[in-house]
Amino acid sequence: MTKLVTLTIDDQPVSVPAGTLVVDAAKQIGNDIPVFCYHPKMEPVGMCRMCLVEIGRPMVDRGTGEVLLDENGKPRIQFGPKLETACTTPVSEGMVVRTQTKVVADARREVLEFILTSHPLDCPICDKGGECPLQNLTMGFGPGQSRFLYDDKIHLAKHVPLGELIYLDRERCIQCARCVRFQDVIADDPVIGFYNRGRRLEIVTYSEPGFDSIFSGNTTDICPVGALTTADFRFGARPWELKSSASICTHCPVGCNLTFNTRREARAGGNPVIKRVMPRQNEQVNEIWICDKGRFAYHYTESPQRLTQPLVRRGDGFEEISWEEAYQLAAQKIRASQNLLTLTGGRLSNEDLFNLRELTLARNGQAVLYSDMAGGDLTASYGLAPGSNFGSMGKETAILVVASDLHEEAPVWWLRIKAAAQRGARLIVLNPRSTRLDKFATHTLRYAYGEESQALATFLPGAAVPEAYQAAVQEFHSAENAVIVYGSEGAGLAASQGLAQTAAAILAARGKVGQVNNGLLAVWQRANDQGAWDAGFRPVEDLPAALRNVEVALIAAADPAGDDPLLAQALEETGFVIVQELFMTETARRADLVLPVQAFTEREGTLTSGERRVQRFYPALPPRPQTRPDFAVAAGIGKALGLDLEGRAASLVFLRLVKTLPAYAGLTYTQLAEVTPQYPIIGRSDLYYGGTAYDNHQGLGVQLPLLPAARPVAVGQSQTAASVTAGEGEILLVPVTRLYDRGNTVLPSALLHQRLAGKTIRLHPQTAAAFGLNAGETLRLSRDGWSAEAQVELDEEVPLKMALAVRSTGIPCSALSAVRLERLTVASAD
Amino acid sequence: MIKGLLTTLREMFQQPVTIQYPEVKRPVRTRFKGRHVLKRYENGLEKCIGCSLCAAACPADAIFVESAENTDEERYSPGERYASTYEINMLRCIFCGFCEDACPTEAIVLGDNYELSFTDRHQSIYTKDMLLEPVPPGGKPTPQNTEPGKYTRSVPVMQDPQD
Repeated sequence: MTKLVTLTIDDQPVSVPAGTLVVDAAKQIGNDIPVFCYHPKMEPVGMCRMCLVEIGRPMVDRGTGEVLLDENGKPRIQFGPKLETACTTPVSEGMVVRTQTKVVADARREVLEFILTSHPLDCPICDKGGECPLQNLTMGFGPGQSRFLYDDKIHLAKHVPLGELIYLDRERCIQCARCVRFQDVIADDPVIGFYNRGRRLEIVTYSEPGFDSIFSGNTTDICPVGALTTADFRFGARPWELKSSASICTHCPVGCNLTFNTRREARAGGNPVIKRVMPRQNEQVNEIWICDKGRFAYHYTESPQRLTQPLVRRGDGFEEISWEEAYQLAAQKIRASQNLLTLTGGRLSNEDLFNLRELTLARNGQAVLYSDMAGGDLTASYGLAPGSNFGSMGKETAILVVASDLHEEAPVWWLRIKAAAQRGARLIVLNPRSTRLDKFATHTLRYAYGEESQALATFLPGAAVPEAYQAAVQEFHSAENAVIVYGSEGAGLAASQGLAQTAAAILAARGKVGQVNNGLLAVWQRANDQGAWDAGFRPVEDLPAALRNVEVALIAAADPAGDDPLLAQALEETGFVIVQELFMTETARRADLVLPVQAFTEREGTLTSGERRVQRFYPALPPRPQTRPDFAVAAGIGKALGLDLEGRAASLVFLRLVKTLPAYAGLTYTQLAEVTPQYPIIGRSDLYYGGTAYDNHQGLGVQLPLLPAARPVAVGQSQTAASVTAGEGEILLVPVTRLYDRGNTVLPSALLHQRLAGKTIRLHPQTAAAFGLNAGETLRLSRDGWSAEAQVELDEEVPLKMALAVRSTGIPCSALSAVRLERLTVASAD
Repeated sequence: MIKGLLTTLREMFQQPVTIQYPEVKRPVRTRFKGRHVLKRYENGLEKCIGCSLCAAACPADAIFVESAENTDEERYSPGERYASTYEINMLRCIFCGFCEDACPTEAIVLGDNYELSFTDRHQSIYTKDMLLEPVPPGGKPTPQNTEPGKYTRSVPVMQDPQD
């Protein structure tokens, strides 16, 4: 417990922990000291001088060290001759702060007058106008008139694209350096900086491509003026015209809280469209940050290519049918079949998954999760205990990250684990190649692809530890708390099963299960994979065979045919394929019945994050006519089969869900919507303080309790190393994850196209030379009847005889596997 | 009775006050608030910068604005921003003139036209091309191809107030 210090701010006493800054202490008692450069998530710099206040301290007798008292017996307070910046001054015992005196008001007025000398005053066209700290503080404290001559205003470029996502208006910049500091300190992407001095000072980017950071959108939130704006929202609407709806990001398992801003739009025929995506504060999940994928990759939900009518196959084409006919047809096929397989993607909500599960179980079908990653049953028993929060982890915690490039797989977890490491948490990174987390790790360990479980097993108490691992293992065991994060870098289903088991065994052996800030965390490939595991969906090792052998396959929110030609072939052999989808995907093209569903922006539901936090999302837009939510579709088919399924509302499905799934027992929508006060205080009236991220009124979610483990967990085996070897002319294909992949939910966002991962594979120069390949050349990969072409990229870090391929870019790679590699001879131009 | 007849006779020889509308129209008062007009600068560029302040000021929620970004090749208004959609629902409008007051560029002005009649609700929505005034003589229609760096200010330069 840190020492409390009592001070007086405007005659109001307040006790805060020692080291708190005056500006934060004042904020806690509702006294708003205006700031521009200070941000509660960053260290103060005292650049803008807006927070000047009068600060007095008790006089102390230098001889005795005693506080001098006045005639009334109160400490004599000595005020400095000048004002002090409240953002850089830590509180001290007996301090007296005055914020409402004439001197302070004069100082604020003059600072604002000075800031406004070169501010363009184009508020009417500024995207920040209406939610602008400078606007608000000028109205509150500024001078009515400027003594500055208009002709002396300097004019700078107003349209400077720093990258394709973020635009800079140099005139509007007030040089607070919030963006520069965010990129340097929080995002660790020091790609923007100050150039020149004085009035000519400007923000520049020195990366190629410009502003190369996956967190760049956050700088527009914390910019206290309209200097940084996003290309997506540029001139899109005025802030006061926007309606906001709370939602949850569905791109990765972090489950960042979002706010969708919507507005009626002529191009949508007067219907509301999403104008921008803003972070919503949840200090236990994403704080006030989101990554650029979450911010800009929402366009798929409003794509004109969305399916709008149930379709049934007639010969080679499709024919539109009514929902009732579609349900009857699906029911008829399911009824006539012996076996049913339901394949779901982790994009679906818990309610959808629950109804699909009920439908599948009622028909004795197989509930399959479309994923290359295992261990959801283990995270349910050994996962992060309720109350765990990366934001509260420090010295006493050891975080072991194995087989995951967190920066690409789950950016906000990367951000928070990095911050924990900077607070003193012992971070051990176990990965075959270097990642962005290495820089912050206490220990960085390497292993060969395929040997992840052996590498992790050295952390088992009592295991034989190789020399290189000793320090890290000791560090891990000496920590009070232990968190193990595992991903799917180079690992398929079997390998990740081994990883999860080993990790769970380590935690169990160390007795680190069920305590706060301890547990196992899986970096799932999709947002609600954990929810799917909880609902009983399991990935299968041989999905092509499973698909081939069923009479009816019901596929929801997954595109196996688009990912892997083998699965596409298998689908051709499946008896009857029903697809619930947003788009006409490759899988939907091969389906017999295609049912159009609603995007998560158009409906309600809950998602379970990787940390097993159940969070609600709310509809932001009206649904498209003739589309239905997945849970209603499943219930519709179920009703046609004579089953008792709930399809009227997500909340009603959830009522049944909590009665059936033990982990969710007792949860209610109301509970999920509860909020507790969060710090720092941000939001509409506190724009100047925390930025334009939204405050949370719609729920912080509930972390699920851990389920008792069914049986002691056995240490996992690295199955891959033993069975997979590359023969002559072959190479081991290693699947890795990139943030900007080419998935169906990313491609429709044109803004991100420049940053998307290409259809490339990365080889060591020596490997490439052995195959006679140069950088940029096209090669062909082939295995068991499929082949794919890809460009060569050289990377010294890739192990020999291996090739890194990015998931969801058109190269089928579900697990470490041997493929034939050929140089594609370019036809000569004769 | 004679008195009454006299009045009738006197009125018979007086100029009639009836105006033969619509052939003849009475000039409106200087402060008359009729249908809105979107003004142009002399060179033909639109004054409206699509800032939506009129829509924000409108007590009847009659105005709808959407904006987009100008380029030098395709310029509608000075500065960066212009109104790509501008609609006023004349059935909602109460002709209060708040939009005029809110406009930072004096682009929207309540004009003299009071002849608003529709046979359909949809006709009551006046779009941007209906509201925009004709291109002044010597000006060019929008979008214009302008020289780079010339029209960088959205809000016209307002000198320190003299009066």
